[in-house]
Amino acid sequence: MKLDEIQKRLLREVADLHEVPEGAYNIRSNSQSAGRRSTANIEIVSKQDVSGLEIRIRPGTKRESVHIPVVMTESGLKEVVYNDFFIGEDSDVVIVAGCGIDNCGNQDSQHDGIHRFYVGRGAKVRYVEKHYGSGEGSGKRILNPGTEVYMEEDSSMEMEMVQIKGVDDTVRTTTAELAAGAKLVVRERLMTHGEQRAISNYDVALNGKGSSADIVSRSVARDRSYQKFDAKIAGNAECSGHTECDSIIMDQGRILAVPGLEANHVDASLFHEAAIGKIAGEQLIKLMTLGLTEAEAEEQIINGFLQ
Amino acid sequence: MLELKNISFQVDDQGADKEIIRNVSMTVPDRKLIVVTGPNGGGKSTIARLIAGIEKPTGGRILFGGEDITEKTVTERARMGIAYAFQQPVKFKGIRVLDLIRIAAGKTLSIADACEYLSSVGLCARDYVNREVNASLSGGELKRIEIATVIARHAKLSVFDEPEAGIDLWSFRNLIDVFRNMRETIEDSSILIISHQERILNIADEIIVLKDGVVDRQGTRDEVYPWLSSGTAVTAMECDGQIRAMGREVNGK
Repeated sequence: MKLDEIQKRLLREVADLHEVPEGAYNIRSNSQSAGRRSTANIEIVSKQDVSGLEIRIRPGTKRESVHIPVVMTESGLKEVVYNDFFIGEDSDVVIVAGCGIDNCGNQDSQHDGIHRFYVGRGAKVRYVEKHYGSGEGSGKRILNPGTEVYMEEDSSMEMEMVQIKGVDDTVRTTTAELAAGAKLVVRERLMTHGEQRAISNYDVALNGKGSSADIVSRSVARDRSYQKFDAKIAGNAECSGHTECDSIIMDQGRILAVPGLEANHVDASLFHEAAIGKIAGEQLIKLMTLGLTEAEAEEQIINGFLQ
Repeated sequence: MLELKNISFQVDDQGADKEIIRNVSMTVPDRKLIVVTGPNGGGKSTIARLIAGIEKPTGGRILFGGEDITEKTVTERARMGIAYAFQQPVKFKGIRVLDLIRIAAGKTLSIADACEYLSSVGLCARDYVNREVNASLSGGELKRIEIATVIARHAKLSVFDEPEAGIDLWSFRNLIDVFRNMRETIEDSSILIISHQERILNIADEIIVLKDGVVDRQGTRDEVYPWLSSGTAVTAMECDGQIRAMGREVNGK
């Protein structure tokens, strides 16, 4: 299947892809596969019962990547996709997902991607998920990612979730269960505009001794947009957990940060931090004394903040 | 050249007008280093903020290179060639030292060029250029970076508000060399430093003493410095609760 210019642009935004990626990939475009490659160590097959993929990574696979971007350009398309990742023991891989929607029509376009990760003992995963929306149509661009992570002993997973532009409505739900010595790091970067709404829920269970989770969200809410960051960590063993919501509000933006720490074990060590406020006046003035206009200064501050 | 003509600045103090600056006139000539000194609360920092445009005077005019800039914004003044170093450097999340120096220089500097500015304020550049300008840096480090951003602007007028504040004496001694070097290489520019520090007063061409919002005394270093070192001035400072005797080296604050 050949991709048009809009689809290529979406691919660049969500997966930094200019050409066909190295390694294993599956490109989904308007609910169909626009290209797929498995490698010797990474097998991608379609699910039989529902729409979606099974991605199996052999134990010991090192320094390989999987790209599974999704692009949607047909207005009114609604889909639910189930992708399961089986990541073999002691492997070390990068997984790049992401969804770009261009909606020029007046019907809502919606992609709900349900990703399940089974991370084997000692495996190391870096997961990048970017969301992007464009198009002038009145139809909404809706993304509801659901992520479930099951981590075996001493595995580690670093998740980078980015949604900077153009997505009207998102409910992100992430759950994780960690065995002994497993380590989960989440870095979420979010900016909402206009009337957009973004809700991010985390529910992490630290079940094994020495497990840890570090969830940090940096976000900017502009115009009349609304964000909710609800991060719950349950410490069920000797473990350490940290959540942080660091947000800038502008215009009439609104943000609700809900701390959720549940210590069910005396050696659980859990922290929550949240800070919400507008851009500090002194920051704007400093950059203006360097010759930037107020608007340019604002942009620099936000760009830096969301880096 | 910068001229302040009959500048006044009032603030609202619980319903009553409070005069911070009263009818102050002063000139910063080209190719000169001027130090404004005086007791705390005397209006020194306010003068610096009025020049940068962060505050607007309630009376009087400010001329820069002959042009009236009283109504100009902070950005406009910066673009006309006024640079301003904050007394308390501003911290940012996610903005690196390199980014700030590039913004200051107004162009895409190479890393090597940016490092030169850091080296000139005594920072080992490689260790700092990619650091974020945030609370992980010490007060002294932030202060040096602040000064580096002003140097990187190559401004016609550079204003430094108490460069010695919040910095240890050892670091400050090294910074004196920075200012001395700026003074020696001054060309089509001038420097205004707000300071209590003897070593800075010592490299001034002219000294202006500001007290209770008015100019208490101004003149060349040779005219004003001996007066400052004398008992009269010290007593005047102490009357304001300042045990910061001029003429003796005392750390910034």
